Amino acid sequence: MARIYIFKRFERFWHWAQAALIIFMLLTGFEIHGTYALFGWEKAANLHTMAAWTLIGLWLFAIFWHFTTGEWKQYIPTGRNVAAMLNYYLVGIFTGAPHPFRVTQLSKHNPLQRLAYLLVKLFINPLIWASGLLYLYYNELGAAKIAGLASLQLGTIALVHTAAAFMMLIFMLAHIYLSTTGHTPFAHIKAMITGWEDVDADKPAANLERSR
Amino acid sequence: MRIEILMVAMVASMLLAQTAHAASDPASEKLLKSTSDHTKFKALQQEFNSGPEVTKACLSCHTEAAKQLHKTQHWKWEYRSPEGQLLGKKTVINNFCTSVASNEAACNSCHIGYGWKDDKFDFTSEVSVDCLVCHDSTGNYRKPAGLAGNVVTRAMEFPPGSGKMIKPIDLKKIAQAVARTSRDNCGACHFFGGGGDGVKHGDMDSSLASPDKALDVHMDATGHNFSCATCHMTQGHQVPGSRYAPTAQDKGGAHLRGKEYTTNPTTCQACHGQAPHKKVAKLNDHTDKVACQTCHIPRYARGGVATKMSWDWSTAGKMGPDGKPLITKDAKGRDIYTAAKGDFVLGENVVPDYQWFNGRVRYTLRTDKVEKSDEPTRINHFEGSAGDGKSLIWPVKIMRGKQAYDPVNKTLAVLHMAGNDDTAFWTNFNWEKAVAVGMASVGAPFSGKVDFVATESTWPITHMVAPAKDALHCDDCHASGGRLEKVPGIYIPGRASDHASWLDTGGWALALLALLGTLVHGLGRVVVSRRNK
Repeated sequence: MARIYIFKRFERFWHWAQAALIIFMLLTGFEIHGTYALFGWEKAANLHTMAAWTLIGLWLFAIFWHFTTGEWKQYIPTGRNVAAMLNYYLVGIFTGAPHPFRVTQLSKHNPLQRLAYLLVKLFINPLIWASGLLYLYYNELGAAKIAGLASLQLGTIALVHTAAAFMMLIFMLAHIYLSTTGHTPFAHIKAMITGWEDVDADKPAANLERSR
Repeated sequence: MRIEILMVAMVASMLLAQTAHAASDPASEKLLKSTSDHTKFKALQQEFNSGPEVTKACLSCHTEAAKQLHKTQHWKWEYRSPEGQLLGKKTVINNFCTSVASNEAACNSCHIGYGWKDDKFDFTSEVSVDCLVCHDSTGNYRKPAGLAGNVVTRAMEFPPGSGKMIKPIDLKKIAQAVARTSRDNCGACHFFGGGGDGVKHGDMDSSLASPDKALDVHMDATGHNFSCATCHMTQGHQVPGSRYAPTAQDKGGAHLRGKEYTTNPTTCQACHGQAPHKKVAKLNDHTDKVACQTCHIPRYARGGVATKMSWDWSTAGKMGPDGKPLITKDAKGRDIYTAAKGDFVLGENVVPDYQWFNGRVRYTLRTDKVEKSDEPTRINHFEGSAGDGKSLIWPVKIMRGKQAYDPVNKTLAVLHMAGNDDTAFWTNFNWEKAVAVGMASVGAPFSGKVDFVATESTWPITHMVAPAKDALHCDDCHASGGRLEKVPGIYIPGRASDHASWLDTGGWALALLALLGTLVHGLGRVVVSRRNK
């Protein structure tokens, strides 16, 4: 076993702050939607809005960080070994097969992670962000010079925002579960907290085959 | 040294107190506000034997006043709506006491004139204008029902032979004490619309004569102390803000002095502007869809006076075991049945109904066809919709009733209710006779048959504005089953009926599937790892 430093300090802060904010916004968001009563509607709406601005602020920092550090390259999708990953989750994980992917500093996400996180960053997040801001500033839309915006109905905006929230919820459920699929159930979670991931240098990994 | 300072302070405070007292002396304040003392006018230093004599004296100085009043709805009781319907108290039939025609002597004690006892009243007569009913400041002015708006200056028995005496009023004293209109002046009629305190409107009753802040934040007698005319600001005696010509949506700003305005000065916006919420700016985002009244008048009939919510005329006329007209009272001693009027349902602290309103009101008039199959007949209804760009969500009182109509000619009936004659319903409880006389008074045909039809009328709720802290909260409407549950055509966050059910069902189903999938997958891993041990 070897240890490598995968997640830097800002990255870890970003991840957990974002996780807390998203869970909180799902909680308050579905109350605003009318699914249940928890904080009371007014409080839920205020907290949701405050959390939204906090998250937007966090995202701005994160985007800056990704580009200045070059870490954005971690999300470039690859078709290679996707099948191997799927095969591992569906079969290998039960038969004791080795994990087909070994984490390195240059490639810390497996191909499925790359795809999933890219989907979150390029689709779900922008969808939530845009629909949420439209929701928040619905009353100013009427004065918008762009015809499509001015005629946008609140019901449509809310529909998109809710749909995006469901996507986020489903992503989160899968993400939390898959975080337990390391060599021990808490290995990945530990890495996300400490930054250090244990890697088994002796076992073969599909993504490193060519270089070996 | 200390004592000296104390003495100086005491003297100073006494001086200050004295000047403060002088400034708040009520007599000097009154003099400062008005340039005339009506007790000093020669024209008013005489004994008056009738109302018109007083008016003549008033007009000797206020030469144009009667001409101004002749133009008002208060005088004409007539209004032509933009839709072309001839409306006004003189013409419409409502579902309270129904109609004025053939009952003038009784109803017209609330006309701002003297002597309108039948359809021959001279609407051009200047001396018939009643100045005192609006400008009395003594509280002693009375226009007893049954005298066609005339006043009593010598004690008289009324109705004749009843043994009931009406006390005379001192017109000279009243005339010398005229003042600007107060809540009491307007309230003398408007608090008692529909035949009793609070009966008609629900948002206007005698509790507004001297309300506290909780009942009405503007008229609060110990606070802002608005009179009716503070908002219903007259110009040349023309009173704006009639419910016959309502302003449902005011997109203008607050009225400034020195500017000419053609818009209604009685709206909330005419003072508060378009963005009145300073602390919680999000609330201003509601004003394009929601009338101020919707949140700021959480309930009506809040002042301890009940309003009538329904009135069933069809049960009227029952006699008690003693052979006298039956009267039934509720636990609080209020009439809920009288032989003269039928059954009532009373309401206090009532949650309004809510509907889109664009300012146009349509009436079912005496000349319109009424089909029993269309029950309830809408005596009037507010027009409006979410999408017309002119409507706001308004609080309203829906008055429900059952009232007489002619089932053959299919028209609402004009009833002759009051009068010292054989045909008035309140004298002999005979519907056919009462309707025959009522219909004849307006020249309408009558088949001789009387039946009853269910009716509804709609009244705007716009008075009894509560302090901000008592306004509705978000979740009063942003919820399922909330106040606006039945208001269509608008997406209200938090109202489940607005949800796209495919999204909510599909979303939760997928989330549940994801959860189950991970659980099954995880269970598989646990089983496998146990077996491998």
